[in-house]
Amino acid sequence: MPLGSAVMPGPYSANASTLAPASPQAAAIAHLFVGTLIFLGAILALVSFLVIYAVVRYRDRPGAPEARQVFGSRRLEILWTVLPLVSLAVLAGFMAWTMHVSDPPTGTAKPDIRIIAHQWWWEIVYPRSGVTTANELHIPAGKAELVEFRSADVIHDFWVPELARKIDIVPGHPNRMWLQADRAATYLGVCAEFCGNEHAWMRFLVIAEPPAQFADWLKEQQAGAPPPSTAEAKRGLDLFRDRTCANCHLQSMGPDLSHLATRRTLAAGAIVNTPDNLAAWLRDPDAFKPGSNMPNLKLSDDEVRALVAYLETQK
Amino acid sequence: MKDIALPEALAGEPFAAEAREGWLAWVASVDHKQVGIMYLIGALFFFVVGGVLALLMRVQLAIPDNRFVSPETYNQLFTMHGTTMVFLVVVPLLVGFATYMLPLMIGARDMAFPRLNALSFWVQIMGGIMLYFSFATGGVGGGAPAVGWFAYAPLSENAFAFGPGVDYWALGLLGIGVGTLTAAINLIATTLCLRAPGMSIRRLPLFVWMILVTGFLIVVVMPILNAGLVMLLIDRLLGAHFFRPGAGGSAVLWQHVFWAFGHPEVYIMILPAFGIISEVIPVFSGKPIYGYEFVAASTLAIAFLSLAVWAHHMFAVGLGHAFDLFFGLCSMAIAVPTGVKIFNWTATMYQGRVRFTTAMLFAIGFLLMFTIGGLSGVSFAIVPIDWQLTDSYFVVAHLHYVLFGGSIFALFAGIYYWFPKISGRMLDERWGQAHFWLTLIGFNLTFMIQHVLGMLGMPRRVFTYPALPGWETMNLISTVGAFVLALSVLIFIVNVAISLRRGAVAGDNPWGAWTLEWATSSPPPAENFLRGVPPVSGRRPLWDLAHPDRADELVMKMAG
Repeated sequence: MPLGSAVMPGPYSANASTLAPASPQAAAIAHLFVGTLIFLGAILALVSFLVIYAVVRYRDRPGAPEARQVFGSRRLEILWTVLPLVSLAVLAGFMAWTMHVSDPPTGTAKPDIRIIAHQWWWEIVYPRSGVTTANELHIPAGKAELVEFRSADVIHDFWVPELARKIDIVPGHPNRMWLQADRAATYLGVCAEFCGNEHAWMRFLVIAEPPAQFADWLKEQQAGAPPPSTAEAKRGLDLFRDRTCANCHLQSMGPDLSHLATRRTLAAGAIVNTPDNLAAWLRDPDAFKPGSNMPNLKLSDDEVRALVAYLETQK
Repeated sequence: MKDIALPEALAGEPFAAEAREGWLAWVASVDHKQVGIMYLIGALFFFVVGGVLALLMRVQLAIPDNRFVSPETYNQLFTMHGTTMVFLVVVPLLVGFATYMLPLMIGARDMAFPRLNALSFWVQIMGGIMLYFSFATGGVGGGAPAVGWFAYAPLSENAFAFGPGVDYWALGLLGIGVGTLTAAINLIATTLCLRAPGMSIRRLPLFVWMILVTGFLIVVVMPILNAGLVMLLIDRLLGAHFFRPGAGGSAVLWQHVFWAFGHPEVYIMILPAFGIISEVIPVFSGKPIYGYEFVAASTLAIAFLSLAVWAHHMFAVGLGHAFDLFFGLCSMAIAVPTGVKIFNWTATMYQGRVRFTTAMLFAIGFLLMFTIGGLSGVSFAIVPIDWQLTDSYFVVAHLHYVLFGGSIFALFAGIYYWFPKISGRMLDERWGQAHFWLTLIGFNLTFMIQHVLGMLGMPRRVFTYPALPGWETMNLISTVGAFVLALSVLIFIVNVAISLRRGAVAGDNPWGAWTLEWATSSPPPAENFLRGVPPVSGRRPLWDLAHPDRADELVMKMAG
């Protein structure tokens, strides 16, 4: 059974590096970071040199005379108070400028996308088209989307290192941010604020597509999946209603499953979305994501087959 | 400046514990030296416990998708590791040294309030036991708290943390908080009221100076934590909603309360460490501290600024750019007085006669490691960088360079420096050198690579991670480093155990140091100074005693 993490499928770079920015916002931060690292690295080199020089050059040798008793030098001490102060002031200027570039004002417009963070998955809503999906955020490449963040329970944090700053998702405190990807590619995202048991597997993908492709995707999602045609899939739909799956998955207490078959991952990035993995997940969610809110319904092999057949029709 | 004499009838009475035998002599003791030793032993015990928790975490993280511990267990491990290391290790070690050394360093006979002193210790240790008792609780969501040492609401509220773990955590910390607060009051009162004649505030040893400042900092911020804990308990036990957004409370409020305490707490853990370094470096460089006034005044500046930087823990919360900018600027500013200290310590060694004792090695290690932690700290003050790197492994690396590379290195320097005074025997230097080098290697192996992990997008507080490029190797290196570090601690423990029995006899002043604690026998008698306190006419009383013709204040006056 192909277990293990799902972040590698598909032809995309599986990096999540803060130093490989793919948006103007992330690039501004990366440049400031690299510049700061060089500046701080130079200070570290200077201090290290001074310390090591002092202890090696002035190490105690047999017969060395008593050290001259020096109590300080006002002039030198003022110098190494003022110099850092000035250089930090310069750095502060870059900081203020970068803040503005990397997190531009969001104004009062209606958001393009609304993200609701749940313990331990992401609900993604496109208010204009009425599309709801989960754990895989599609955006048009090259265009800045205004995203609003809300939490359904505890504090989470939306982090796509290659695209944008982190932003906390605080219950009772909605946040907004521009999200943009220059290139059509898939980017890794993760919850970055500790949110309980399965914090580690609260991952997501940002799938940036050429605008035309994105529009097609949105249309597809709007259309709704075709009704199940085979007997087994029909039985799966009945089970979906009878075995209480619908109670959560139609009520935003679990991810919306319409078009599940088009998604690349299951369980917020914990597994690759294949029929076999889906079956294994239904049999025993804890084997993949221990402590998640998906219960083990003790489904029979038959029921699992029917449910998988149904869910695979959700394209 | 004047000595406050005890009334005749009371003098000596608090020291009656001396007559008792065995363990009762310790439990019932109000002698600052015995209480101090108990602090140190308790903290070292919890250091080992907290270290074992860390090792379990590193085993879990050694390979991706590991199933060594469950997520519940892992979350308990890092919650207890953080809480233990902050509240039961670093602070008690520093308070322990202060309790033992401060009265000796100012030529006092004991703390200002000996009984309160014992109370502080016992409340603190009971708080620790209460905290660890949470492991024994059962039921749904039972066990130790699993909400992080910061216990962010609403995750720490009943709805999400069902078990009693968080209640034990809050009650335990309340105990520890009260203990620390009373200890601080005691240390302040002792410093202000019981100094030997001639020891003005401007002549205080720098360790005492920094303890005094830390004491005030504790008095200011510890009540904030205690209030927050009580509010959390009222939420959890009485159904209030201070921090429950659904019911009209605020999740952000808890963050303000916690960090208004939590960031000054970082300085509470580092200022006394600065104090130790400011004693050790001059002694082993054979020179007085370079720029006493700047080192002392920069401490005040740090303490003051530390009260206005807490929200740099909250840049990602989304509180607005003006808010972030203010706290970013204050946080950057704090680098200036800290830098002053680094330069002054370096200048102290310059043109000195540097003796590479283990204590000095740890002090030099501190200088370099703390500089790394301080500089990565500057990058977190720069708001946009924080937006990217906060809550990543870069923070884990940064905070360990400050608290391990900083505080713990300084504390080891303090242990090697003062062990002869406390025990009367020297710690073995060969074992000590092995301990130092293994600590340095293990520490850097564990934490240096975590900077890179953070830059590559690894979030912190995750029980496992996918095998992204490089993550696997780097995590394994970090785990290996943790075991090297564990080995170094083992060597330290062996060294202490052996040296306590067979170490070379120390004598009064084995290092040729200049402060008053070295003017009495090792270990000091119950009365501290049987031969009387030497006259204090400068910052280095024992130097002045040995060189009356070139006493410090004489030389300084002549230099103008």
